[in-house]
Amino acid sequence: MTAPIVDARGVHKHFGALHVLKGVDLRVAERELVFVIGPSGSGKSTLLRCLNRLEEPSAGSIVVDGIDMLDPRTDINHARQRIGMVFQSFNLYPHMTALGNVTLALRKVAGKSRAKADSLAQAALERVGLGDRAGHTPGQLSGGQQQRVAIARAIALEPRVMLFDEPTSALDPELVGSVLEVMRSLRESGMTMIVVSHEMGFARNAADRVVFMDEGAIVEEGPPAKIFENPAHERTRAFIGQIQRH
Amino acid sequence: MTGSAWKRFTETFFNTKVMLTYLPDILSGVVVTIELALLIVVTGIAAGLALALLRSLAIRPINWLIIFIVDMFRSLPPLVVIVLIYFGLPSVNISPSGFVSTWLSLAFVLMAFSEEIFWAGITSVAKGQWEAARSTGLSFGQTLVNVVLPQAFRLTIPPLTNRTIAITKGTALGTVVAVTEILGQASSAMSNSYNPSPLMMGAAAYLVLFLPVVVAARFIETRFAWKR
Repeated sequence: MTAPIVDARGVHKHFGALHVLKGVDLRVAERELVFVIGPSGSGKSTLLRCLNRLEEPSAGSIVVDGIDMLDPRTDINHARQRIGMVFQSFNLYPHMTALGNVTLALRKVAGKSRAKADSLAQAALERVGLGDRAGHTPGQLSGGQQQRVAIARAIALEPRVMLFDEPTSALDPELVGSVLEVMRSLRESGMTMIVVSHEMGFARNAADRVVFMDEGAIVEEGPPAKIFENPAHERTRAFIGQIQRH
Repeated sequence: MTGSAWKRFTETFFNTKVMLTYLPDILSGVVVTIELALLIVVTGIAAGLALALLRSLAIRPINWLIIFIVDMFRSLPPLVVIVLIYFGLPSVNISPSGFVSTWLSLAFVLMAFSEEIFWAGITSVAKGQWEAARSTGLSFGQTLVNVVLPQAFRLTIPPLTNRTIAITKGTALGTVVAVTEILGQASSAMSNSYNPSPLMMGAAAYLVLFLPVVVAARFIETRFAWKR
C-alpha cells in the first residue's frame, strides 16, 4: 500500500465507563472503498466520527491527508473541509433550499462568492441527479433525494475522503437504490470512501475491502469475497450468517 | 333601566366634559407607555438572547450564574423588583427615576423569560444539525448563526410574543413609582375630577395599544407554526 490517505492508529474511545473503541488501527489508501460492518454497538460509527473528530478520541493518532487531526494546533474547521460526511438521518438544514444547503459551507468555509458557490452547488446537485430540485426545501424532497442532497453538500467542498455513516438505513427500501447509485458513481470518479453500512450487495460489488468490527475492535478484514464467503473468525461467520438470513 | 339611571351611569363613567379635559393627559400617558414598552422589549429581548448565546458556550460556572439570575427574576413578582430598585437603590446613593426603575425591572424580567425561551429553542435543534454543519468545516459560531438560530427563532417566536405582551402590560405597575404612563395619568385625573371617566379612557388606551399586538401575535403564531 502506498502512503495511506487515512491513517488511524491505536484509537481508543471511552464514553464514561463504556470502552467503545479498544485500540483500532485503520489505514485506507487513496481511491479505496472500505466497508465497515459489524453488530450494533460494535463501535463502527464511533470510529467514523473519530476520523473527523466529531467524537474526540481518548487515545491514539489519526492522520488524514497528511494532517494530524488530533494535534491541537490543527485548524479542525479547515481539516474537515477535506473530509466529507454523510449521516444516517441526512441532517439537511430544514430552513434552507437544497441549493442553500450546499452553498452554505462553500461560502462560509471555502470563501466562495455567492455566484461561484451557486454554480458549484448546482453542479454538485446535478452530479447526484437533482439539478432540477435546487429550489426545493428538504421537506419537499423524498428521503432518497434528501440523502443525495446531503451527499452533494459534502462533495461540493471537494473532499479527499468521504465518510458514510449508514447512509441508507433510514430510507424506504425503494429509495435505497438511488443513493447507492450516486455512491457507485462517486466511487468510479476515484473518491476515497469509508462506508459503515449493511448493504451487503453493494459491498460485494463495490468495496475493495471489508472490515468487520465487534466489541470495539477490528476482528478481521479482507476483500469482500473472502469476508463474505470464507471468514476466518467464528464471530464474523455468525454475523454474516445473521445478516444474510434476512 | 330608567332614563335618569342611564344618565347617571354615563355621567359617571363616560363624562364627556371630564374626558375632554383630561384627554391630553391620557395621550401624554400613552406616549410614556409606548416609550417604556419599546425600551423594555428591545433591551429585555436583546439581553435574553445574549444570555442564551453565552449559555450555549457551556462554561459551567457562567451557566450556573445565568440560571441563578434567570430563576430569580422569573420568581420575583415584577412589582417587587420595581419597588426594590426604586426604593432600595437610593440607600446606596443611586436614585433611579420611576421611569428608569420600571424600565430596568421589566427589562430584567423579560430578559429572564426570553433567555429561557431562546435557550429552549437552541436546545430543541437536533444534534445532527450541529454535526452536519461542523462536519463541513463551519465553526461553532457560524453553525450557531447560520444553522441553529434560524431554526430556534422559528420555535421561539410564538412563546416569546406572548411573554413579551404579558410583561409589557406591566408598564402599568410604573404608576406605583410615579411614572406618568397611562394608568398613572388616568388615576390622578380621577382624583382631580372626582370622576372615574379617565379610568375608562385609560382602559380604552390600553386596548388601542395592545389589542393590535395581540391580534398580530395570533397571526405570527399561525405563520410560524413549524411545518415539516
